Amino acid sequence: MPKPESILCPMPAGLYCPPGDFYIDPVRPVARAVITHGHSDHARAGHGAVVATTETLAIMAARYGADFAGQSEALRYGQTIDRDGVDITLVPAGHVLGSAQAVVRHKGMTLVVSGDYKRRRDPTCPPFEPVACDVFVTEATFGIPVFNFPDAADEIARLLKSVAQFPERTHLVGAYALGKAQRIIRLLREAGYDSPIYVHGAMQGMNALYERFGIELGPLEPATVEKAKKSDFAGAIVIAPPSAIDDRWSRRFADPLPAFASGWMRVRARARQRQVELPLVISDHADWNELTGTISEIGPGEVWITHGGEEALLRWSELNGVAARALSLVGYDDDEGES
Amino acid sequence: MRAFAGLLDRLAFTPQRNGKLTLLRDHFRDTPDPERGWALAALTGVLSFDAAKPAFIRKAVEARMDPHLFALSYDYVGDLAETVALVWPARPGANREPDLSEVIDALRGASRAQVQALLETWLDALDADGRWALLKLLTGGLRVGVSARLAKQALAALGGVEIDQIEEVWHSQHAPYEDLFAWLEKRSEKPTANAPGRFRPVMLAQAIEKADFTRLAPGDFAAEWKWDGIRVQAVNERGQKRLYSRTGDDIGQAFPDVLDFLNFDGVIDGELLVMRDGQVASFGDLQQRLNRKTADAKLLAQYPAAIRAYDLLLDGEDDLRILPFAERRKRLEIFVARAQSPRIDLSPLQPFADWQELSALRADPPLGDARLAEGLMLKRWDSIYEAGRPKGPWFKWKRDPHLIDAVLMYAQRGHGKRSGFYSDYTFGVWREDANGDRSLTPVGKAYFGFTDEELKLIDKFVRDNTTERFGPVRAVRADRDFGLVLEVAFEGLQRSTRHKSGVAMRFPRINRLRWDKPAREADELATLEKMLTE
Ligand SMILES: [Zn+2]
Ligand SMILES: [Zn+2]
Repeated sequence: MPKPESILCPMPAGLYCPPGDFYIDPVRPVARAVITHGHSDHARAGHGAVVATTETLAIMAARYGADFAGQSEALRYGQTIDRDGVDITLVPAGHVLGSAQAVVRHKGMTLVVSGDYKRRRDPTCPPFEPVACDVFVTEATFGIPVFNFPDAADEIARLLKSVAQFPERTHLVGAYALGKAQRIIRLLREAGYDSPIYVHGAMQGMNALYERFGIELGPLEPATVEKAKKSDFAGAIVIAPPSAIDDRWSRRFADPLPAFASGWMRVRARARQRQVELPLVISDHADWNELTGTISEIGPGEVWITHGGEEALLRWSELNGVAARALSLVGYDDDEGES
Repeated sequence: MRAFAGLLDRLAFTPQRNGKLTLLRDHFRDTPDPERGWALAALTGVLSFDAAKPAFIRKAVEARMDPHLFALSYDYVGDLAETVALVWPARPGANREPDLSEVIDALRGASRAQVQALLETWLDALDADGRWALLKLLTGGLRVGVSARLAKQALAALGGVEIDQIEEVWHSQHAPYEDLFAWLEKRSEKPTANAPGRFRPVMLAQAIEKADFTRLAPGDFAAEWKWDGIRVQAVNERGQKRLYSRTGDDIGQAFPDVLDFLNFDGVIDGELLVMRDGQVASFGDLQQRLNRKTADAKLLAQYPAAIRAYDLLLDGEDDLRILPFAERRKRLEIFVARAQSPRIDLSPLQPFADWQELSALRADPPLGDARLAEGLMLKRWDSIYEAGRPKGPWFKWKRDPHLIDAVLMYAQRGHGKRSGFYSDYTFGVWREDANGDRSLTPVGKAYFGFTDEELKLIDKFVRDNTTERFGPVRAVRADRDFGLVLEVAFEGLQRSTRHKSGVAMRFPRINRLRWDKPAREADELATLEKMLTE
């Protein structure tokens, strides 16, 4: 059996597979790339050839234009292709629309690069599928025991209760434009909220893309109507990228009530820092129990940690007799709106 | 607890006064009695606790989780209560989430040791926000930017009245403020500030600690038995007869036999007991009368209630609360003698020369009523009657816990630091069946009281003697000829229909490992049953 390090190794541009000559989620342009999902820190423009799911390719095209890569190849979940004797399969990661784990097989050894993932139900994408493997390469964005997220539906119920309590105010929900925003909208719809939801201009493209892939978002209105009066938004829910919430942009609304949907909201100091009045603990990443539970469930020979809270996860691995190491890859942020 | 935790959470992040007012008003409108009243008391600082010190909380969490992982978490969050709320590794199958009122009831009644035992079960049952609220409440750190004035403003908004009207009646009201809410919801008349028959907030005692005795002079204190009933306030003010619980609940309807014989004019502080011919009956008997709205003739005859008087707050028109205990006591003796009520007697003082003598009395009370007492009360002769639980004037000195020898039956894997060990133990005592055979019946569960060394020994015993496994639980060999005997300490015993054995222990813990004791010599269920009726 080959050493796993000979199949995947950390390089400055990202995780590299020497026998197959490709990178996974490279942070700079490379000849051949496998992309796990459309978040901009994982999916960058300018690669020679890209392999990803149809949805991820569509997201990249919407972000960077049709010529985002020299050529692209779409893979269905579960479909396998061969790259110079290395098999690559994409398996659902449950993170956002189109998100996948890259399963890499070579000479009887299986390595799974999870990309970003979560284990909670998400109405906008299929759930994470555990794959038995020799090496599980995991993120650890929320890899500290304090991050145990509540049920997203309960958080949405808190938002709706607040809307009922403060009908004169505009609830301004900060949410990452790809994935989080659409998940919030779907969850609101599932909770029976069928009024128009107002969305920031920067989100309209992504919303339309989600709808093209069959995720129904219900009535959406632009929150950018020029002639609208402040009072028009009283009692409404407006969804905007996190950066717009504390921007001048938000002044157009009647007495805005700033809310923010992110895993970071689990910690009070973070919410206070951002002057959030309604922190909504909703994340598209695995929380501590999901991270450790996933490792226990898969039972890999080895765990490699790409980015996030390595120290605690290494400690947990040590206590639980799991061989683990930190790759300390740079260039990935948490796409929960901190950066 | 959930509604209260949600309210605290929102208040903490809402900067504007108007926003806070809306949150408070809605909470008072949407939450039933008595939960909303306790929330009001907690927010306005009427209630404050320091039932658990940070060091204890830290120890509790580190017993369940790797200290290094906890340290990383604490480092990241920066606030102990918040960290513990977030990381608490709850045991599965926890109890029902406690109501705020349940928590407060327990906090007001329990000793620090008891609160600490309860704390873990509460933390297990609550979610992260609930745990945060609980820990803030317990450590007296409820700072969410609500002044008493703001809370009253919210009450005014709820009732559509001016805040002056709230202020006017405020001091005659007491937690959980049911009369106040009834008025604000237009279900009753405005309460009058000086209504005859009103409740006066009760004075409570601190638990005495060993170190206290060296600095306290025996001559400064009166001693009396702490009767094992429920603390009550009996009022007859200008013909208005009331019987209140310690928290101010009007329980008169359930005790017409007592209410009828409040033939005095004043306010007595005492213990409600079941008494037959001047003899105190057990708490179990009193329980037949508790938590009932009314009582029928049969119950009244079978479990006659009476009051044993401790103190006198009002004598006719005279408010005695500003007088020293010595004075009040003299007035009380005359007052009780004059009333000649068949349902009121005097709690006798126990003269003593020094702490040793009193200690001996406590350890071995004389035959009769005193055997049923929970322990002793110490009251400074010069103490005024001060509402709440002031530090210093009054102490309670409870009797030592009960002990029994039981046999280990099942063990369950622990969490955190103990995750590799079998650390939760179910133990049983012998019961004789119809054929005269003896088998073990489980009587309780304990997961503390032993040292780390002892834990390792028990763990080894469990692994070596496992007879069956069910998930994280192992059954261990326990029969007439073989088994591990545990000396279990507990605070009290109650009848329970939920337990197969018919008894339930209060605050059980492992006191000692009796490796030396043969399993067949462990206690019998009959011994416990006798403790019920003692
Ligand atoms: Zn991502
Ligand atoms: Zn990422």
